[in-house]
Amino acid sequence: MKARLTSLTAGLLAALPALALAGEAMTGEVEKQPLNISAIVMFFIFVAGTLFITYWAARQTKSASDFYTAGGGITGFQNGLAIAGDYMSAASFLGISAMVYEKGYDGLIYSMGFLVGWPIILFLVAERLRNLGKFTFADVASYRLSQTPVRLFAATGTLVVVAIYLIAQMVGAGKLIQLLFGMSYGSAVILVGILMMLYVLFGGMLATTWVQIIKAIMLLSGASFMAFMVLGKADFSLSKMFQLAVDAHDKGIKIMEPGGLVSNPIDAISLGLALMFGTAGLPHILMRFFTVSDAKEARKSVFYATGFIGYFYILTFIIGFGAIFLVLNQPGMMETVMKNGKEVTQLIGGNNMAAIHLSEVVGGNLFLGFISAVAFATILAVVAGLTLSGASAVSHDIYASVIKKGKANEKDEMRVSKMTTIALAVIAMLLGILFEKQNIAFMVGLAFSIAASANFPVLFLSMFWKGLTTRGAVIGGAIGLVSAVVLIILGPAVWVDVMKHEAAVFPYKNPAIFSMTLAFFFTWLFSVTDSSKQAAEEKARFGAQFVRAMTGIGASGASKH
Amino acid sequence: MNEDVLKKVQSNPKFIELVHKKTSYGWKMSIIMLVIYYGFILTLAFDPTLLGTPIAAGSVITIGIPIGVFIIVSAFLLTGIYVRKANSEFDTLNQQIVEEARK
Repeated sequence: MKARLTSLTAGLLAALPALALAGEAMTGEVEKQPLNISAIVMFFIFVAGTLFITYWAARQTKSASDFYTAGGGITGFQNGLAIAGDYMSAASFLGISAMVYEKGYDGLIYSMGFLVGWPIILFLVAERLRNLGKFTFADVASYRLSQTPVRLFAATGTLVVVAIYLIAQMVGAGKLIQLLFGMSYGSAVILVGILMMLYVLFGGMLATTWVQIIKAIMLLSGASFMAFMVLGKADFSLSKMFQLAVDAHDKGIKIMEPGGLVSNPIDAISLGLALMFGTAGLPHILMRFFTVSDAKEARKSVFYATGFIGYFYILTFIIGFGAIFLVLNQPGMMETVMKNGKEVTQLIGGNNMAAIHLSEVVGGNLFLGFISAVAFATILAVVAGLTLSGASAVSHDIYASVIKKGKANEKDEMRVSKMTTIALAVIAMLLGILFEKQNIAFMVGLAFSIAASANFPVLFLSMFWKGLTTRGAVIGGAIGLVSAVVLIILGPAVWVDVMKHEAAVFPYKNPAIFSMTLAFFFTWLFSVTDSSKQAAEEKARFGAQFVRAMTGIGASGASKH
Repeated sequence: MNEDVLKKVQSNPKFIELVHKKTSYGWKMSIIMLVIYYGFILTLAFDPTLLGTPIAAGSVITIGIPIGVFIIVSAFLLTGIYVRKANSEFDTLNQQIVEEARK
């Protein structure tokens, strides 16, 4: 039982970094592969197309509202695709199909955790967020509270999450490009950095959204084609497909049932909380709700996003099973490598390449190039969104609201956000290169935990609880942020795996259940004990905020062009 | 929003109705999703072999597969049901409140 408990935890947690980085192979040493010309050509076609879109978007992007939120003119359907695109990273594509390939049924369990948070976001937060916010989630959190401290806190929360997520993506991009294209790590990181800077700098949210939409369509069509071909090879019979996979896999019938995934309840629930509420605290995801015209479109976006993401996970499940009977142990697909002094037989380039190898089997070299290009394009699209949300935290929250007290002129605000974009791109490239040899598998988990423990509680309470005061929000949120970081450092992912200590001080890999509780508790405590005059005024303003959140009266609409 | 509009909305019985309906519906749907998902996770925790039962004698397909697909589909359906209700019933009510506040 004990062994099963640990393996569940290890397994579920492996899914977290997988979301952004295609699992372990992307974070360890990878061997540079031979140059893949068709992949590179297709990738550059994609880049040329997206740069053209950026040029088009740049001509439409004039005001701050255009830059931050595409003028609020994105439709629910488009935004749904873009949100799905933010979620369907290279990693969830390569990582989850690889998990299915390795473990069968367990792979399906991973993908569910990522999906079920979306309905909750829709039911509880999406429309309030849209009705209250303008450009950033700090707009919502600071709606009736004191601007300076709350905006500073929210901007810090945003920048910390963005920085950590960017490092994870950058390192993932570097590793992935070595595997897929045979280019060097450094050139990959610099290429990603420059392209994301161009998208954001010139095209703002409009270009960022369209890059994400195009990538989502490419990925969904590519994956649909692969799943169709896999089913075709099994005469379109699910029983036959599963039977072929069971015959081919050395675990046999075990791949059809839950494997080592019995729950250590604390870690499993903690991870579930981080996934569910972390999503509702990720600044680049929250920002997407401001790109649509009203609450109705915001709701529709979640509906479409949930549909696309769910469909995508069903495809990856079929793709993983296809890889078992079409790729596993097939001639020319396997290699033997030394791992920790042992000989291990694996797919060429690691098991995360399962979907890539499968694409070659079902669609030939040209399709292999297409899928490789799509995998890399996904990273570009995600980092562009992250950079934009980081830049808006600096220009809109810190510069315009805190430094200029809301009296900045729009030109200056835009200039600050563009300077920040350049700074963030340079920092991301430097950190990407600096962290090349580091084990960063824990980083996406860290970003989700911080988002769930710092950003989410403050955002949620500001919308749902009248009693929230500035003092409570800032102290409680800060405690959530610090406790999430400290508990992850003391936990097995950093204390043991990175710092090489014998045993972890804090036994759980995922701190969300503790750090979220702390954040909520102290936010409550420091709010109810706050008897200042300011606190009373803040509570009194809840009524007006609530009316706007519910009805949308006074909410910022789409800008007219 | 000025004080006048605010008072008007807050005292409008339709607003009270909207708040009640929307909030309770939102929580109800959230709880359904959580029960489905955590029901699955707890089954995994306490009786994992259950999900490994074949759907029919001699079949390789286990009941875990349709259950997994059901959870994914249920997330999509629940959002669909909510959006339908919110975009028609709630928004109609909302529209009336907004118009009455302008008077």
